[in-house]
Amino acid sequence: MTSAITVDRLEVIFDRFRALKGVSLDVQPGESFGLVGESGSGKSTLLRAIAGLAPVASGSIAVNGKTLGARRDKAFYREVQMVFQDPYGSLHPRQTVDRLLQEPLAIHGFADGERRIERALDEVGLGNGFRFRYAHQLSGGQRQRVAIARALILEPSILLLDEPTSALDASVQAEVLNLLEEIRRRRKLTFLMVSHDLAIITHMCERLMVMQGGEAVENLVANDLVERRVTKDYTRNLLRASDGFVRTA
Amino acid sequence: MSGQAGTLLEVDDLRVTFPTRTGMIEAVRGVSFSLGRERLGIVGESGSGKSQTGRAIMGLTPPQARISAQKLAFDGIDLLGISPRQRRALRGNRIAMILQDPKYSLDPVMSIGRQIVETLRTHEKVGKAEARERALAMLEAVQIRDPERVFDLHPHEVSGGMGQRAMIAMMLIAGPEMMIADEPTSALDVTVQLDVLGILDRLVSERGMGLIFISHDLRLVSSFCDRVIVMYAGKVVEQLKASELGQAQHPYTRGLLNCMPKIGADRHPLPVLDRKPEWAA
Ligand SMILES: Nc1ncnc2c1ncn2[C@@H]1O[C@H](COP(=O)(O)OP(=O)(O)OP(=O)(O)O)[C@@H](O)[C@H]1O
Ligand SMILES: Nc1ncnc2c1ncn2[C@@H]1O[C@H](COP(=O)(O)OP(=O)(O)OP(=O)(O)O)[C@@H](O)[C@H]1O
Ligand SMILES: [Mg+2]
Ligand SMILES: [Mg+2]
Repeated sequence: MTSAITVDRLEVIFDRFRALKGVSLDVQPGESFGLVGESGSGKSTLLRAIAGLAPVASGSIAVNGKTLGARRDKAFYREVQMVFQDPYGSLHPRQTVDRLLQEPLAIHGFADGERRIERALDEVGLGNGFRFRYAHQLSGGQRQRVAIARALILEPSILLLDEPTSALDASVQAEVLNLLEEIRRRRKLTFLMVSHDLAIITHMCERLMVMQGGEAVENLVANDLVERRVTKDYTRNLLRASDGFVRTA
Repeated sequence: MSGQAGTLLEVDDLRVTFPTRTGMIEAVRGVSFSLGRERLGIVGESGSGKSQTGRAIMGLTPPQARISAQKLAFDGIDLLGISPRQRRALRGNRIAMILQDPKYSLDPVMSIGRQIVETLRTHEKVGKAEARERALAMLEAVQIRDPERVFDLHPHEVSGGMGQRAMIAMMLIAGPEMMIADEPTSALDVTVQLDVLGILDRLVSERGMGLIFISHDLRLVSSFCDRVIVMYAGKVVEQLKASELGQAQHPYTRGLLNCMPKIGADRHPLPVLDRKPEWAA
């Protein structure tokens, strides 16, 4: 079977700083693959590189068997959509939710905009009452839901999700995770998902990669985390820290 | 439970309302609580008014909003009665807030290091070289790996968690007496998260800072805070000791605890809340 995403020995360099040092990754169609790791380890950079938004120095990226060049065309963004880590930066604050959702539809020439917008808002648990609000009038979690609605509205086959629920409270988080799972099953979507919450990764993903300092340090299946079958110290620390804060007197 | 001696902040019947084209949005509807030299958690649904509560205390409410309170006092100072200038002075010195949107609240055209240095120098008379040293030390304290490099980066050149920590460093360097931290660790990996909480924790226990910790991470709140306020639809629906979060009474709080994914629990789909209209009454 052709892989949905293949990343081979990818190097990303900003000025002189090597943000990714030869990272490889293979995600099957319909699979949900997790990325965890230290802050600054290059998780967002990896997603951004796939989306054509990071300076690739060497290595290759293929989507659905097609090796990508430096430029991404319109057809690419119908297949691949990204939900950014920072819902504040990714939505223009002076645009209404309606405009934000219209835009991708207009770019890709969809006719049934009205129906899609209503459905997308409904799917992420924002009623029609939010449709004509400006992005700056929304809370953090509400913005993130708009960002997810915007990615889903084009019905892509691959979603790159960068901390999609870290701005959401547990109840809305559960709804969004259920929604993502349900859509993935229904539309046979492929996910590449970053989260610092190991419980979310084990809940959503079959396989995962642990990153540190621009490199992959460990590849695991979700069950390895459940059974604490990990080999690297960093992963072990992550597991320990997942239990919560411990006050040292 | 509300401290008399050593009370830093008193909030009584705080209301924040936004007039919009389609009517009034009541973001905060009569919130009351007090804060001593302790760690007070605020949890609650997305859109329940947590950030707007924090912003109102800081004096960072958007200008078009209407704000009222029976009492809103910091260290005996009536916050709604003083001039904008006095308010700004408090904000710069004695009260600080880590905003939920760190990258958005950092100046995009100034390097991270310069922003921290300038914050420090508006508070204290320190020379350039010393200011730089202290800014670097603060970046190191929040576990930034290579402070020298990050010092010279602009906000768009740092990762989500680095931006969040830069913001924390900037707020800490002023040494505030009260800190409102709005989702301060939501973008941090769990190991760094604990380091940052450790810093905040020491400021409370060693320097007597008052901390309002807004977070949706119940696991963190219950293990880190002393007390917790639970908000729903602009109101406080429950107040309890953090260690007793597991015994919460309100159905919203109980529902919240139940819908978190847990390592090893295989629940698909996750349980979700069945929200009752009377919760918002
Ligand atoms: N435009 C840029 N210019 C310079 N350095 C950059 C730029 N973008 C990212 N970097 C650097 O690349 C490294 C990796 O950043 P990235 O955003 O991928 O981290 P991350 O793993 O997503 O971290 P987090 O969990 O904190 O979001 C960081 O050290 C960051 O400073
Ligand atoms: N400028 C504004 N104009 C109109 N409504 C606003 C404005 N800012 C916020 N609101 C509304 O006020 C309510 C409370 O927002 P707030 O940001 O305090 O929520 P929150 O509890 O912090 O949520 P989250 O966990 O998602 O960050 C939300 O319903 C939001 O849509
Ligand atoms: Mg990131
Ligand atoms: Mg908020």
